[in-house]
Amino acid sequence: MTTATLHKAANAGKSAAWYVMVLFVSVLTVVPFLWTLTTSFKSPGAILQDPLHVLPLHFTWSNYSDVFSTVPFGRDILNSLIIAVVGVLTNCSFGALAGYAFARLKFFLKGPTFAIFLATMMIPNIVTMVPTFIILHAFPLVGGNNIFGHGGRGFIDSLWGVVLPGAVGAFAIFMMRQFFGMLPSVLADAARVDGASEFRIFRSVYLPLVWPALAVLAIITFQAYWNSFLWPLIVLNSPNKQTVQLGLATFKYTYSTNYGPLMAGTILATIPVILIFILAQKRIIEGVAFTGITS
Amino acid sequence: MIGGLDRKQQRAAYLFIAVPVGLLILFTLAPVVYAIFTSFTNYDIINPSKWVGLSNYTKMWKDPFFRLALKNTLVYTALYIPPGLLVALGTALLLNRKRHFVSTFRVFFYLPVVASTVASATIWYWLLNPQEGLLNTVLRWFGVNGPAWLYDPNWAMVAIVIMSVWAGFGTNMLIMLGGLQSIPRELYEAARIDGASRYQSLRHVTVPGLQRPIFLVTALLIIGALQVFDQAYILTQGGPGNATLTIVYYIYNDGFLDLHMGYASAMSVVLFLIILVISLANSKITNRDLTAAHKP
Repeated sequence: MTTATLHKAANAGKSAAWYVMVLFVSVLTVVPFLWTLTTSFKSPGAILQDPLHVLPLHFTWSNYSDVFSTVPFGRDILNSLIIAVVGVLTNCSFGALAGYAFARLKFFLKGPTFAIFLATMMIPNIVTMVPTFIILHAFPLVGGNNIFGHGGRGFIDSLWGVVLPGAVGAFAIFMMRQFFGMLPSVLADAARVDGASEFRIFRSVYLPLVWPALAVLAIITFQAYWNSFLWPLIVLNSPNKQTVQLGLATFKYTYSTNYGPLMAGTILATIPVILIFILAQKRIIEGVAFTGITS
Repeated sequence: MIGGLDRKQQRAAYLFIAVPVGLLILFTLAPVVYAIFTSFTNYDIINPSKWVGLSNYTKMWKDPFFRLALKNTLVYTALYIPPGLLVALGTALLLNRKRHFVSTFRVFFYLPVVASTVASATIWYWLLNPQEGLLNTVLRWFGVNGPAWLYDPNWAMVAIVIMSVWAGFGTNMLIMLGGLQSIPRELYEAARIDGASRYQSLRHVTVPGLQRPIFLVTALLIIGALQVFDQAYILTQGGPGNATLTIVYYIYNDGFLDLHMGYASAMSVVLFLIILVISLANSKITNRDLTAAHKP
């Protein structure tokens, strides 16, 4: 055998070893989801008799109808959608405006203001939770409160109470500032000479150039709101205000060993974010990697 | 004239940042100050708050549940960080190749991150079932009798760690991968010409080049681990026998269910200080390694 063929054989071996390893990790990450999916289509008897049968022998939708009849899952999905969509809109619009201001405009105290925004990203959520709850509870003129914030419950047990504290995250501002900062300033100078207003320069000249970044921010924000748990758990009490994650948790609590409906609920709570991820996976992965590198 | 333009620009900038700054003050800066104030009071939402000085802090010192929650949280953090870091680094090294389907595998590896912690925990609640669960079934193939996991006080925390590593490594893997791809190719070439082995180039080129992402990932892991809640809530409700009662779980129970807002605030301030101290220690250690790595 010549050295060239030896080399080739060694490379093929290395390559095979690599495929074995990545397949092994993929099995660990993907199989639990597949098992969840097949469990969700099995009858209770089939689950306990033969939990490992990959394909259900008697395919059934009954677990899914069980989910909707025991918890108001349709209502939960709607609530989660409202919260996530409003959160995406506020984060994208105000995040873009503020990110643009920090990247492209000159103003007094710009550096210190941005530094404060950055520093708040280091504050753990748990520290602000109790006071934020008290502030939302005493918010004037909403939820039965008078002008002094007494008498009612403010934003507690309202979807607004979930959205508001994170309505413009420091992360959104930071991310948009990074992207606006990469664009040339001659575009703005030319538009200013033509007498365009600052908002118009932002809206018509720069914003169209950062659509891809804005899309990534929208997806990341949607997932964060859709998947959030502790804060909605604290703020929302009424069954008709619950989010999907709260519904799933309640469901797990009451149906602790009824795995069929439990897995059906898990699938329903996961499908929207998985679908978005599959459609936009390249952009999401690049966006996460980008923010990881720059921070 | 230029001055006029600048003033116009400044006015626009203040309008652009007005809403975010307002929300920042209302929901971040004011709450931090307010948390410290509340920790010196007793407050239950319904009655006016009462100044109690340091008594919430002295109470914490003697509270057996707080001590247990603190111990459990530190145990969880210590168990979670090493595998959290190694799995992220290992999978990033695996994906840092030019091979067919590498981007497909990247998607597979990242998949658990997309699901919520509640969904991941519910899936693992089923996987970890002692009799019919997939994990113990597979262990049985190899002749191993798996523990009762979530029902065994000695294994419940380990189970939560395994689930958390599975659910969270994808994000950290991408940060590491970004770091790996920014290491200049020439460094590996130079190491190869100098006759370095694969292990040597990993030890002397890859690891020093990854100092910043490793530091960032460690910091994120520490901050996240010390605030662990969702997993414990879904998988064990803090049990069995309080074996998985964490600090945030205790704050949630005491502050938001029993409405002891003052005591809950004091505990959150203490947790913040613990996070601060551990994060500073982490940055000291990493910076020392960084300077050591750059010495010839």
